[in-house]
Amino acid sequence: MIKKIFAFTLIFFTITTNLFSIEPDVFVQSTVNRASKLLSDNISKEEKVKQLKLIAKDTVDIKGIGFYTLGSARKTLNDEQKSKYSKLFEEYFLKSFSSRLAEYTNPEINVNGKEKLSEKYTIVTSVLKGTSERPEIKIDWRIYTKDLDKPLIRDLIIEGLSLARTQKEEFNSVLQSNDGDINALFKTLEEFVK
Amino acid sequence: MLKKITVILITTLTLTLNVNAASDGDLVLKKNDPAEIKDCSEGFNRASFSLNQGLDKAIFKPVAKVYRSLPSPIKAGTSNFLDNISNLMTIPNNLLQGEFKKAGVNTGRFVINTTIGILGLADAAEAMGFAKYEKEDYGQTLAVAGIGPGCYLVLPILGPSTARDTVSSVANFMGGDAWYNVTVKNDTQYFRDFDYYSSKATSGVDFRAKNYNSIENLEKNSLDFYASVKSLYLQDRQQKILNTSKIIDTQNDSDWEEFN
Repeated sequence: MIKKIFAFTLIFFTITTNLFSIEPDVFVQSTVNRASKLLSDNISKEEKVKQLKLIAKDTVDIKGIGFYTLGSARKTLNDEQKSKYSKLFEEYFLKSFSSRLAEYTNPEINVNGKEKLSEKYTIVTSVLKGTSERPEIKIDWRIYTKDLDKPLIRDLIIEGLSLARTQKEEFNSVLQSNDGDINALFKTLEEFVK
Repeated sequence: MLKKITVILITTLTLTLNVNAASDGDLVLKKNDPAEIKDCSEGFNRASFSLNQGLDKAIFKPVAKVYRSLPSPIKAGTSNFLDNISNLMTIPNNLLQGEFKKAGVNTGRFVINTTIGILGLADAAEAMGFAKYEKEDYGQTLAVAGIGPGCYLVLPILGPSTARDTVSSVANFMGGDAWYNVTVKNDTQYFRDFDYYSSKATSGVDFRAKNYNSIENLEKNSLDFYASVKSLYLQDRQQKILNTSKIIDTQNDSDWEEFN
């Protein structure tokens, strides 16, 4: 009996794991398609921003990026400060992300490859089609694949320039110019999300 | 007097540039890692950055806005023309970096685009299947030779740079840039000083116009615009020095460990 249950459980998990795991390139293309469809919809900019925030919450590792962005300063925070930072960072990220994207109308992004860096990371490569106003842009997506059922975006690398890294150096600059005072960063973030 | 200037120049260079022969690409990568490059004169750099922002708002942005509204063939032609001229700087740097094949390809590109491409207005070489064009300059050549970037600098009008790249640009005015030689340095009957300076100004406008929305967006969404521009500039330089389409590992895994 135990053997049967064991066999059943094993088969069940094998099937369900394969059933729900999603390839990083498929994940990126479907996320891009969702955003692209939304941006071309005939709805208000406010509604687009609202919907884009939902897509970001669903597909981006906001908490992870937040602490990565904070760099070594995160080690000095207490639990209360960590919680406050996470909340503020999410608001900052969603506002900044949706505001950047909402400017585009019907962007055409085509996924054209992937490279597995490790068990935890795959880089998905894609191209944002050029228009008369801007050239074609190469966009790479760093996908966190530790949980294959739920891949998450951890970075966008645009023409070789990492957004997460830029953000990290920006936050570091704010901290450095305020003698490492985390409250100064909180204040700057609060002002931004107002 | 000349002796004094030479001593000061050598001392400055020794202090600002970490001169070491690079053993391989990893060393070049590490030396040009944005996180390793110091902002030694941040006060001056920020003041210079503010000045450039003022100039951008007063001159470059409005001009770029008008330039963006021009018909696509005019913009593409201007961009191609400027790229073609830049081959005159790229080819000697290909040779100095030991990239003889690339030097040959770029020479072919220059000849084809100047003739069939009507003075470079059309990128005929690309249509013929030439590899994507990659610009090179003397700063990149020094980096490949193993010379570190020194401190980060923001130059008035010219924008972000490093000590190495600023010093290396002197080579352009000492015979290293054939376009400068035929327009400004030598009194040829075909070109004038104006041709050189207007090509540089147009190049700035072309860059600003191509990145019009990105720059606006970045400024609007930055907590510290100066720091964002510095990070992006240094990352871009690192990519150009390495001449690689391969993805540079932009994140250290240990930075994520605590919350995996």
